[in-house]
Amino acid sequence: MPKVVDNRELGPMIWKMRVEVPRLVAKAKAGQFVILRVNEEGERVPMSIAGLDREHGLLTIIYQVVGKTSALMTTVQAGQELADCVGPLGIASHTDNWGTACVVGGGIGIAPVYPIAQAFKEAGNKVVTIIGARTKNLLFYEEEHMAVADEFYPCTDDGSHGHHGFVSDVLKKLLDNGAPIKHIMAIGPVPMMKVVANLTKPYGVSTWVSLNPLMIDGTGMCGGCRVKIGEETKFACVDGPDFDGHLVDFGLLTSRLTAYREQERKSMKRLLEDPNCRLTKSVQAFAYPDEK
Amino acid sequence: MSDEETAVETGESGTSSTNQLAKKDRMKVPRQKMPEQLPEVRVTNFKEVPFGFDEELALKEAMRCLECPKAPCIKGCPVEVDIPGFIRLILDKDYAAAARKIKETNSLPAVCGRVCPQEEQCEIACVLHKKFTPVAIGHLERFVADYERENNLVQLPTKKPPTGRRVAVVGAGPAGLTVAGDLILLGHDVTIFEALHKPGGVLVYGIPEFRLPKAIVKSECDYLADLGVKFQNSTVIGKMDTIDELFEMGFDSVFIGTGAGLPNFMGIPGENLIGIYSANEYLTRANLMRGFDEGNFDTPIIRGRNVAVLGGGNTAMDAVRIARRLGADNAYIVYRRSEAEMPARKEEIHHALEEGVQFHMLTAPINFIGDEQNRVKAMECITMDLGEPDASGRRRPVPKEGSNFIMEIDLVVVAIGNGSNPLIPRTTPGLETNRWQNIVVNQETMQTSRKGVYAGGDIVTGGATVILAAGAGKKAARAMHKYMMEEVQK
Repeated sequence: MPKVVDNRELGPMIWKMRVEVPRLVAKAKAGQFVILRVNEEGERVPMSIAGLDREHGLLTIIYQVVGKTSALMTTVQAGQELADCVGPLGIASHTDNWGTACVVGGGIGIAPVYPIAQAFKEAGNKVVTIIGARTKNLLFYEEEHMAVADEFYPCTDDGSHGHHGFVSDVLKKLLDNGAPIKHIMAIGPVPMMKVVANLTKPYGVSTWVSLNPLMIDGTGMCGGCRVKIGEETKFACVDGPDFDGHLVDFGLLTSRLTAYREQERKSMKRLLEDPNCRLTKSVQAFAYPDEK
Repeated sequence: MSDEETAVETGESGTSSTNQLAKKDRMKVPRQKMPEQLPEVRVTNFKEVPFGFDEELALKEAMRCLECPKAPCIKGCPVEVDIPGFIRLILDKDYAAAARKIKETNSLPAVCGRVCPQEEQCEIACVLHKKFTPVAIGHLERFVADYERENNLVQLPTKKPPTGRRVAVVGAGPAGLTVAGDLILLGHDVTIFEALHKPGGVLVYGIPEFRLPKAIVKSECDYLADLGVKFQNSTVIGKMDTIDELFEMGFDSVFIGTGAGLPNFMGIPGENLIGIYSANEYLTRANLMRGFDEGNFDTPIIRGRNVAVLGGGNTAMDAVRIARRLGADNAYIVYRRSEAEMPARKEEIHHALEEGVQFHMLTAPINFIGDEQNRVKAMECITMDLGEPDASGRRRPVPKEGSNFIMEIDLVVVAIGNGSNPLIPRTTPGLETNRWQNIVVNQETMQTSRKGVYAGGDIVTGGATVILAAGAGKKAARAMHKYMMEEVQK
């Protein structure tokens, strides 16, 4: 079973876990994902790849506490094992030498654009990196990104760090000033990806996004992860997760992500009421405060 | 036909050493019914529906076998189980030996005794079928397999000495498990690669607990593991390793049994609304992930009050019966042909009807309607007339002009079959597929267009049955053994 080598909080409710899965890491490429289960009763949850340490066979996952499964992930101690971790799944991000390429990471999406920025760099691109979060302590991976990026633009919605404003504001300014960006990879909350895709369309800059629908097997078998791309229905697990942002039906994606909101609340409530609940006080306080 | 004539056809008259009944008397014994949970009880639980034969019922049923020398039942079985042979051992009350007799050719008797369509295979061929009712071969198979397992009488057969050849089996479903079971006994080193976190394939993710308890699948897999088969779960071939890389890793032959891959949808408006599942997703949430056991397992499943299952196969019956058990007030089968064309087993249709499932025949949806939260709330349907037979030989449904009506539903399960999964064909150069992307094989040997690579089960045939997949596994195992012993130098 895959061993967790460390698991720690990077910022409020943002955690970084490294898992020893050498064979998976040897094969994985930027833009792919894995599916893991915390325990035997657990869900299968897809997680973006946020880093690959091929020398030590370590996979990095950055996750945000949003529900029961991610809350349980915070309880896994270094040295303990996950029930399973399968991958690499999905098609790797398209990489080419465009001259100048840009990655845009919002919120938890700051993590998966990091290996993609590395891949863009390795392909010979000048890399422009824009990352953003609500506020300073939710912004992470700055050093990592700075080490790769030729131009680096951190931003916060509240102006507590870097540019005051959204990632899309920075991107718009760059495009208006004639930055020679030929390809953009944007990952983040659905509204952010939608704003970025809408922004770049008139500029005619190729803009891809990584989609995160609900899924089970991750091999094409269940069809739960279907997304609409132009007029076609695609399965994000085998046809994606990356798609042309100008063609994605973001409204559909948003609504499908809410499918189990009620069950998720109940499930979290049960966990919080469980006398053996091993969540830290801060995670407990964060998770569905209205349920207590 | 008179009793005398039947006796002539079945060989001698009189009694055999074990069967106390004269042949002409055996025909007078009625087919024994397997006791089962009452419909109103079983719709409230996920426990297995039929209880199985007890010893007395099994002996009574076994006595009905005429022990025909030609044994047409054997030819009806895709894996040619020695049916009169194992029934004779039941009469000898050596049930474990009866189970071993079946296992000579069928690695999965407890499974096949439950899910095989015996009525189209061995039982339809039974001589008694012509005039009376056939011997309940499936029920007897289940009895001996359960007896052996429950009484811890399972014995590991002796393996042939190691051959030094290594086999990779891709997919731990019925085809792959059969290949593994046969080749490990022949002395090969066998590893099964499974994409999901548990082995069993459709036996764990697809067939519901109330038709095939998962503990049985587990014990079948444990048996293979005890024989030395290595299981690598959570390993997606085509992603983690390609077929070519398996050869580089030192495997001498590869079997592809990856099953039915991508679910088909209808391609009509509104199909991506919340509350519209593929059968694969609905079944996987309920069976593999145990979504029905809310509170103990974390994977959610939508519990509809008015559920429409689209399709007429066994998968549709499984889905609609799950819907009833998850609390649906109205669970509908919506099928565009008539009941006569339904591919589901009669037994499954019967069970569904008993459980209060409502059948809407000659009906097809043309549009799904959602609420303001994008959840399905209704579907527009049309009704059909049956026209001339189509390519499948079944009468083609023809839409009736102006027959549109609205069905109020809050959950839809689309059970209209699967396309082929692209992961392996995409990553295996030179692997020939047909126009449905199913892998092309030599029907005798199950060899693909690639040397040393064999395939069987739904990835070759499209959606079929457990036993046909097992039968394909048998053929493939024979050919792989021959190939490895004759063409792979060690």
